[in-house]
Amino acid sequence: MRVSLEERCACRRSRFFCGEVKKPRIPKERPSNEVLQKRSAPSAVNNMAKRKERIDRGIKARSADIFALSCWREMLYLAAPRVIPVVGFLILPLILGLYWQKVLLSVAVFALLAISWDILAQTGMVSLGQALFFGMGAYAAGAIDHYWGWPPLAAVPAATLMGGLICTVLLVPVLRLRGIYFSMVTLIIPLMLVRIVEATRIFGGTEGLSGITPLPSKWIELYLIMGALMAALFGFRRILASDYGLVLKGICDNDRSVINAGINIYWFKAQALFISSCIGAFSGAFMTHVYMFVGMPVFALDYSILPIAAAVVGGPGTLAGATLGAFILVPLSEILRGAGGLRIVFYGLFLVVFIVAVPEGIFHYVQRKYH
Amino acid sequence: MDSAALLKIAGVYKNFGGVQAVNDLSFELAKGELLGLIGPNGSGKTTAVNLITGFVRPSQGKILYRGRDITGWAPYKIVRLGIARTFQMVKPFYQLPAYKNMIIPLYSPRVKQLAGGKYGDRDAVALDLLEEVGFERDALVAYKSASVLPQGYLKRLELAKAIALQPDLIILDELFSGLSLAEVAGIVPIIEKLRLEGKTIIMIEHRLKELFRIADRVVVLNYGEKIAEGRAQEVMQSETVKKAYLGSEV
Repeated sequence: MRVSLEERCACRRSRFFCGEVKKPRIPKERPSNEVLQKRSAPSAVNNMAKRKERIDRGIKARSADIFALSCWREMLYLAAPRVIPVVGFLILPLILGLYWQKVLLSVAVFALLAISWDILAQTGMVSLGQALFFGMGAYAAGAIDHYWGWPPLAAVPAATLMGGLICTVLLVPVLRLRGIYFSMVTLIIPLMLVRIVEATRIFGGTEGLSGITPLPSKWIELYLIMGALMAALFGFRRILASDYGLVLKGICDNDRSVINAGINIYWFKAQALFISSCIGAFSGAFMTHVYMFVGMPVFALDYSILPIAAAVVGGPGTLAGATLGAFILVPLSEILRGAGGLRIVFYGLFLVVFIVAVPEGIFHYVQRKYH
Repeated sequence: MDSAALLKIAGVYKNFGGVQAVNDLSFELAKGELLGLIGPNGSGKTTAVNLITGFVRPSQGKILYRGRDITGWAPYKIVRLGIARTFQMVKPFYQLPAYKNMIIPLYSPRVKQLAGGKYGDRDAVALDLLEEVGFERDALVAYKSASVLPQGYLKRLELAKAIALQPDLIILDELFSGLSLAEVAGIVPIIEKLRLEGKTIIMIEHRLKELFRIADRVVVLNYGEKIAEGRAQEVMQSETVKKAYLGSEV
């Protein structure tokens, strides 16, 4: 059924969408046995017809989310959820004061860690140790700068890959663990690494490595992390929406069923782990160059817990929710500094209120209301 | 028959702690055959399937597929050889719509290999396969989330996921259980069509009437042991089988 664009829009002017509404039809009766046998008989004509049917249905499946756009309101409706954050990320560094610019760096770093947590969680691995990824990247960047003296813009990517690789190798042996058992291991490893650094005094021991070369300018700092955040957010959202992403979600949903499709789930889990740890390692490497220091605090529990809180408050499973959560929680913690000793109490209260009021996550709630 | 056997199980044992789940099981399967695997509850049918598909490692014995020893292989490697199975308790991806459930088997290395890297659009192939197993064309049912589908459709989806892998041997673990007579009548032609295409099938069933109509041969298990093998009607005449099914008091 072909209907012109104008006709479609005229009949549904009041709505934003101009898509074709699928009508439930009366199901056809199952063909009889003889018909089925006949159908399976090879014939060129039959094959051609079948091929055409396949193509038609492919178009139908693909066009399920495609809508005709006829006015600026519709375009805005579809574009706004992407354009507003992008414009926001680009403008925020320009309008904020020096103090809030530093807060913004922290927000972006926690958003990246929350995205990294969310990717793992979507593959069925609930990590309690994002600090491992963060710390490994931070120490890799510190070591590259301290021992080899690479320029920061080369050290950050190198540390990202190095940190990602080391974390993946560390966690590959426990990929077979599921649920709380995997979480326990991820929680323990960063705590263990702190003690190892302390006891063996490697990488400066308790004093850490200081005097790390900073990034060339404040603006490079700000736009590098904003660029990375946008790339991670939109890039990985796209990957998770692809067929590859479906396999990852399938592993979380029912891993035996994925194995039963002839897919090696451990290989896919390792890939998700590498992606996730690279994101975490990038934020760690970046922060080392911002603070011009790397030490034991990079393995602190904050870097493990806050990303989870951000993803849960924002809404897990979308990456956008994780980002939104970080953009709420980190500034909130800064605003509450005025409360002095009661800061953590108010912070905790806010967390509880968010979780009780919007258990599905703020992003899911906003998304539902928006549509 | 030795050289023609597609699958050969030779003296397989499996014990879980003190429980002997499968005890010296041996049978062969020729290409294109439909074998029924029956027995009372807890007789080791599903364990036998798990042994063939690699989900469980045998304690002893050998499993040969096309003359190749696949004992103790990882399940995903066995699937790549062309053995697909369905689960007794359906295992769909509940978060996804029915047709997106099909994407994961279509993403399988086996499918990529068979298609030579030119598989085209997975969504279209998924809808096509779902239609073959009775998801009515153009009805909304293929687009619905698997979490809201009724049991009949979930079983069909399970079958479609196995067919998507283009296997040579399909193992159907209690496909008919929990289905109405009408639903079973809808699925039987699909199985017959698979046979026409030359697939070899093992069916585990409790619905004996429906099974006997289509099975070439039946293997009966009891307490993990094979107690009878042969044509369906002959096997059911055997005293041991009657005893196993109906108890010793008869």
